[in-house]
Amino acid sequence: MSDLTNLTLSDAREKLRNKDITAVELAEAHIDAMQQTAGLNAFIFNTEEKAIEMAKASDVKLAKGEGGILEGIPVGVKDLFCTKDVRTTASSKILGDFTPTYESTVTANMWADGAVLLGKLNCDEFAMGSSNETSFFGPVVNPWQRQGDDTQLVPGGSSGGSAAAVAARACIAATATDTGGSIRQPAAFTGTVGMKPTYGRCSRWGTVAFASSLDQAGPITRTVRDAAIMLESMASYDVKDSTSVNVAVPAYEKTLTGDIKGLKIGIPKEFKVDGMPEEIQALWQQGIEWLKAAGAEIHDVSLPHTKYALPAYYIVAPAEASSNLARYDGVRYGLRVAGDNIDEQYANSRAEGFGEEVQRRILIGTYVLSAGYYDAYYKKAQRVRTLIKRDFDQAYEKVDLMLTPTTPTAAFGIGENIGDPLTMYLNDIFTVSVNMAGLPGISIPAGISANGLPLGLQLIGKPFDEETLFRAADVMEQAADFTALPQLMAK
Amino acid sequence: MSLIQGATGEWEIVLGLEIHAQITSQSKLMSGASTKFGAEPNSQVSLVDAAMPGMLPVVNEFCYEQAVLTGLGLNAEINLVSIFDRKNYFYPDLPQGYQISQFTDPIVGPGVVKIELPDGSFHDVGIERLHLEQDAGKSIHDLYPSQSCVDLNRSGVALMEIVSDPDMRTAEHAKLYVSKIRTILRYLGTCDGNMEQGSLRADVNVSVRRPGAELGTRCEIKNMNSIRNIGMAIEYEARRQVDIIEDGGTIAQETRLWDVAKGETRSMRSKEEAHDYRYFPDPDLLPVVLEQSWVDAIKARIPELPDAKHGRLMRQYGLNSYDANILIADPENADYFEIVAKGVDAKLAVNWVTGDLFGMLNKRGFTIETSPIKAEALGELVGLITDKTISNKIAKQVFEFMLETGDAPTKIVEEKGLKQVTDTGAIEKAVDEVIAANPDKVEQVKQKPKMAGWFVGQVMQATGGKANPQAVSDLIKAKLGLED
Repeated sequence: MSDLTNLTLSDAREKLRNKDITAVELAEAHIDAMQQTAGLNAFIFNTEEKAIEMAKASDVKLAKGEGGILEGIPVGVKDLFCTKDVRTTASSKILGDFTPTYESTVTANMWADGAVLLGKLNCDEFAMGSSNETSFFGPVVNPWQRQGDDTQLVPGGSSGGSAAAVAARACIAATATDTGGSIRQPAAFTGTVGMKPTYGRCSRWGTVAFASSLDQAGPITRTVRDAAIMLESMASYDVKDSTSVNVAVPAYEKTLTGDIKGLKIGIPKEFKVDGMPEEIQALWQQGIEWLKAAGAEIHDVSLPHTKYALPAYYIVAPAEASSNLARYDGVRYGLRVAGDNIDEQYANSRAEGFGEEVQRRILIGTYVLSAGYYDAYYKKAQRVRTLIKRDFDQAYEKVDLMLTPTTPTAAFGIGENIGDPLTMYLNDIFTVSVNMAGLPGISIPAGISANGLPLGLQLIGKPFDEETLFRAADVMEQAADFTALPQLMAK
Repeated sequence: MSLIQGATGEWEIVLGLEIHAQITSQSKLMSGASTKFGAEPNSQVSLVDAAMPGMLPVVNEFCYEQAVLTGLGLNAEINLVSIFDRKNYFYPDLPQGYQISQFTDPIVGPGVVKIELPDGSFHDVGIERLHLEQDAGKSIHDLYPSQSCVDLNRSGVALMEIVSDPDMRTAEHAKLYVSKIRTILRYLGTCDGNMEQGSLRADVNVSVRRPGAELGTRCEIKNMNSIRNIGMAIEYEARRQVDIIEDGGTIAQETRLWDVAKGETRSMRSKEEAHDYRYFPDPDLLPVVLEQSWVDAIKARIPELPDAKHGRLMRQYGLNSYDANILIADPENADYFEIVAKGVDAKLAVNWVTGDLFGMLNKRGFTIETSPIKAEALGELVGLITDKTISNKIAKQVFEFMLETGDAPTKIVEEKGLKQVTDTGAIEKAVDEVIAANPDKVEQVKQKPKMAGWFVGQVMQATGGKANPQAVSDLIKAKLGLED
C-alpha cells in the first residue's frame, strides 16, 4: 500500500488538480497494487496498457486545467458492464471471449468524465450470488480476516470483486450493480461504502441484465463523498433505456453539508428479525444515537409486508432472469457446444456454459412463469411488490429516511454457505425490499464485529432523493469514524 | 350454398383468421435498423436485433401510430393503456429467446369489418384485437448439408397481428376478408399488403360442426401467403375434418401446414407439442399510455376508406357497384380513375381504365403506379372521345401510339390527321357513293332495317374511320328513308 493508493477519490482529485501528482503516477501505483493483491482474485481482466494510455490523456487535460469530475481517477469496472474492445463475461463461461463493440452508458459517462480503466472486476456469475463464489473465474477473497484466524472469507456478492478491490486499495472506486443487495452487502462485508441509487437513475443500457426491473448500477468507494462524485458521473437519463427516468442529475457532492438537524429518520420495526445477532442490534442502536446526536428525529415506522420481500424477490428475479438469459444460446456469440441438432446444441451449450446457481435460478424462473403456475407465483409476487412499495410510500409520509442494518451477519468463510442456498439467500434480507420498491439505499461501514470484521448500516431514501441520503450518510460516516484497515493492508 | 355436403348430412365450416401485417415503417419496432426488403443477409441488424448482452428495446413511436391508425380504420377501440409482453421460446432465428408482443393488453380492442359477398349482400366479421409484435429472423436450411444459416434482417421488424372473431363460414368469406383487410391497410398506408414478399400472412383456424351446433375442435393452418391458397387450404381442411368425423374419428387440435405442391394440409405439431410461451410483461418496457387527444389527432388523418369510397364513386360518377369495386380494390386505381374522369364521360372513363388500361398493364407487366400512360394523358384521350374529336375506335389506335411514342393524344390526333370528320358535306359524299355502288344492299336494307349498320361500316371504312359514326348513321337512315 502506497500513499497514492490510500488516497480517497476526492483527495486524489485535489492532488491531480494541484499537479501534486500525475494521473500516470496514480495509475501506475494502482497497477502495482493490483499485482500485489492479485491473490484476492478481484480483477479478472487487467487493462494496464489502456489505463496508462487513458491516464496520459488525462494528464494532458489536467495540465491545461481541464478535465471532468473523474479526470485521472483509476477505477475498476464490474464485469457486468460492457466495455468496448475489452472482454466482458459477466463472470460466466457462457460468454466465452465475448468482446463488445459498444460501451455501456454508465461506463461511457465515466470515460467522458476522465476516469481511467484499470480492469474488469470479478463478480458472481450474472450477478447471481451473495458471496462471489459462483463466478466462473473462482471466488474473490475478502481482504479482511477474523482476528487471529486466517480463514479466507467471502467479500459478499455479487459485486465482490468491486468491494474487495476498493477495500484492498487496488482501485480508488469501482462500478457495481445491485439487484437484491449486490452493492450494499459486499460493501458491508469489506468496510466500504456501497450506494444503490433509485431504479431508473443510472441507465441499464449495455449492462448485462440479470433482473431488468430490479437491476441498478451504483458505485463502491471508500467514502460517502467519493460515492457522491461517482454517482454524479454514472447517472444519466438515457433514451436507449425506456426505464431510465428523465430527472436532472444534481451535483451530489454539494449536498454534503453536514447538517441533518430536524431530518426525520424512520426505524422499521419489522427489520428487528428473530435471531438477529446482539452486535448487529447494538450497531443499529449506535447508528440511531449518532443521528440523534446530529439533530435528527427518530421515529418508529412499520413496513408490514417486509417478511414477504425475500420470497417475492426470489420469484420475480429468477423469472426475469430465465427470460433475460435465453439469449445465451450459443448461436451468435460466446460458448457453443455442438450437438446433433439445435435442441441438443442449446442444451449442451447452456449446461456447460452456466454454473449451478445460474441454472438453479433459470429453472425456478421458468417454473414460476409456466402455464398454471404464473398466477400463483409470478402474479402474486408482483402484487406483494406493490404492497411493499405502498408500505414505503406510507412510511415516507412521516419520515425522510430509514435506518437499518445492511446485513444480518459479518462476512463468512469461503465455502461455508455455498451448499445451502436458503441460508445464502438470507444475506439479502435487509436489502431486497429496497430493490423491490425501487428505492435508493446506501451502506456505510459503521463498526467492527467482535471478531474484527466490518459491519455496515444501511440508510434508505425516497425515490430520486439521493441528496438527502448522501447528506445523512456523510454525517453518520463522520460519527462512525471508521478507520480500521483490512488485515491484508495493515500487514 | 355455404354448407358442406357430407355422407351423413350437412356441415358448416367455422373460420377465424390471424393476419400478420408488416407495418410500413423505415425502421424496426424496437430498434433503428432498416426494414428494406431484399438487402444482403444480416446487413440490417442492430445490436438490439441481434440480442447482444445488455441491449434494450425502445418502442418506435411511428409503429405505434401506424397501429393506432389501423385500429381506427378497422372501426376498433383503441386501448389508451397497452403493455408489451415477452413470449418465450428458443429458436435460432429468435435472438432474444423471446418475441416482444402484446398479450393481455393489446393496443387495439374489438372492431368490425364489412365484406361484400358476390350476391351483393354484406357480411360482418368481428375483429377481436390487434396487437404489435416483433417478427423473427429467417432460418435457411438448404445452403449447407449439416448446418443452418440465420438471416436477422427481418428480426425485430414490426408486425400487426389482426385477430378476427370466428365469424366466417366459407372459404369465400375468408378470401374476401383477407382481401378487404389488405385493401384497408393499403388505404391507410400502414402495410403495403405485399403477400409475395411476406408483408401480409395469415394463420387460418378451421373447424366444422353441424349447422347451429357447438364449435368443433379447430386446426390452425400456419403462414398462408396467397389469397388463392387460403381458399384451397380451407376447402381441403374442412373436407378432411368432415371425413374424419364421419368415419367415427375425432379432430385433434393441432397446427398444420399447407403443402402447395400436393394441395393438402399436413400436421406440423400437436397441441401437446405446443410451446408454453411463459408470457409476462417485458420489464425493459413501460406500459404505453396514450392521450385521447393524440388518438384524436391520428383519427383526423384517416383517409377515405374503401367502403366510403365505394359509395362516393357510385354517387358522384354514377358507377355501378361492380365497377366501383374494381376501382376501390386499390386506392391507386381509384385515384387514377378520378383523374381520368375529370370533365369527361364517367362511364367512358371507367371502361377505359378497367378495360383497355388494365388489359395493357397486365399484358405488359406494369402496375398502376408504373403505368407508361399517366392518368392525365388517358383523361385527355377520353376527353377527345367525349367531345367527339375522335371516335372510340380511333381512340384505341391513339392509345397504341401513346404507348409507342409517349406523346400526348392531342398531338397524335393532330399529326396523324385522325380528327373525326364532322363536315356533313364530306360525309354525305361518302354516303352517296356507298349507296350508289350497292343497289342490291339498298333493296335488302329496306326489308331488314338492321342492315343499316353495314352501310355505316362501309362509310366509316371509306373515310378511314374518321367520320363521326352517329352522323353517318343519321345520314344513311335519312337517305334510305329508314325509321329510327
